[in-house]
Amino acid sequence: MTPLLQVKGLTKTYGRHIGCRDVSFDLFPGEVMGIVGESGSGKSTLLNSMAGHLVPDAGQVIFDTRDAGPRDTRAMSEPERRMLSRTDWAFVHQHARDGLRMGVSAGGNVGERLMAVGARNYGAIRASAVDWLDRVEIRADRVDDRPTTFSGGMQQRLQIARNLVTGPRLVFMDEPTGGLDVSVQARLLDLLRGLVRDMGLSAIIVTHDLAVVRLLADRLMVMKDGDVVETGLTDQVLDDPQHGYTQLLVSSVLQV
Amino acid sequence: MRGGAARRGIWNQKKMDAMIEISDLTKTFTLHNQGGAVIEVMRDAALSVAPGECVGLVGASGAGKSTLMRMIYGNYLAASGRIIVGDVDVATAAPREILDLRRETLGYVSQFLRVVPRVPTLDVVAEPLLALGVPEAEAQARAADLLARLNIPRTLWGLSPTTFSGGEQQRVNIARGFAHDYPALLLDEPTASLDARNRAVVLDLILAAKARGAAIVGIFHDTEARDRVCDRIIDVARFTPGMAA
Repeated sequence: MTPLLQVKGLTKTYGRHIGCRDVSFDLFPGEVMGIVGESGSGKSTLLNSMAGHLVPDAGQVIFDTRDAGPRDTRAMSEPERRMLSRTDWAFVHQHARDGLRMGVSAGGNVGERLMAVGARNYGAIRASAVDWLDRVEIRADRVDDRPTTFSGGMQQRLQIARNLVTGPRLVFMDEPTGGLDVSVQARLLDLLRGLVRDMGLSAIIVTHDLAVVRLLADRLMVMKDGDVVETGLTDQVLDDPQHGYTQLLVSSVLQV
Repeated sequence: MRGGAARRGIWNQKKMDAMIEISDLTKTFTLHNQGGAVIEVMRDAALSVAPGECVGLVGASGAGKSTLMRMIYGNYLAASGRIIVGDVDVATAAPREILDLRRETLGYVSQFLRVVPRVPTLDVVAEPLLALGVPEAEAQARAADLLARLNIPRTLWGLSPTTFSGGEQQRVNIARGFAHDYPALLLDEPTASLDARNRAVVLDLILAAKARGAAIVGIFHDTEARDRVCDRIIDVARFTPGMAA
């Protein structure tokens, strides 16, 4: 099976400071990978370097494109990369405000991404928007409301709907449940799990919450000071950590 | 595939039929934050389980029964040795291969129910089937059947099991573990804290799984239950360094 994403030797530095160093892994279709580590470990740098938000110093991010098979996204033209990020890729930000247009209605936020890939029929766009809002449990009578009137959990669900409406194959998530109430987190986790299963999505989730990765991620990557120190099956890494840092991380949590 | 059928030889014919085959298995824990102490908890473990066979693990607390089960499931990492389940060596397989194995071939009823809060019990039980692509209606019907057999009141099916009693959670866990007909099953104390009626239901489920050809490894402190379902008993103390009988 061809990996959906192959990351090879990805390195990003900020001057003399190392963001992430020589990271390599394969992600297969339908797999969810978690990246954990404390603040400053380089996990967000890695995510943003993969997603094209940061320009890495070295390495390749090879994506199995629908048309031309595996291609290094770093070697793509800017319009190609932008198209990719609107179609097969999605990025869910920790703060929904960073991923939404706050001045546009909920339906508009979802419809906009469809229009960006060429949808023109207003009725079809609206129907699709309503359908997606329903899937993320936002009632149809809120379609014309702006996200500013939504709660934090609703905004996050709207951001997910906006990202998934074009049927992406790979979703990058940066602390998707961070800053939400525990009950809202659970609801979002359930939603994400269902979407991953039903749509066959692959996802890369950055979080510092080990309980979240246990429930959501198949595989886990542990980062410290820009390096990947351990990888493996999520439950294996959490229950039988091999690296000293992972052992410390796991034993520092009250209950995972 | 390691070895290959041809190279195994005729004397190994019986072993070729095994669903689970463990050999030379060693397990150590290295405690990096306690001076790098290395604790060897298992040495030269070997076990072969045929389809339709149930093997009970016994041994004193701490002898390594759960450790062995967790290693078969890929939850604990082997230091060396082989853990063949079907055609996968869990000891060396990539995470993706182990995930496939767990989805299709190897089931595990642990003592703890770990679920996303808020998800209804019926969906928790149906989930392993949905992951295999079974249509939702069919998966839910199977889940409903198991929950009914395990005497979970229908009024609870729409609620999350996180608030259930210990015995109820255990039965939900068992229903989930038996939803798909796994060719290999690991059962960690499946009858603990169950009343006589539910215990009988669980034993029937285990016997039915054996009858359809499942290879089962189980831990049963309940000796009556163990005698009813197990074909063989293995004392794991003989795999425990310094505890050998």
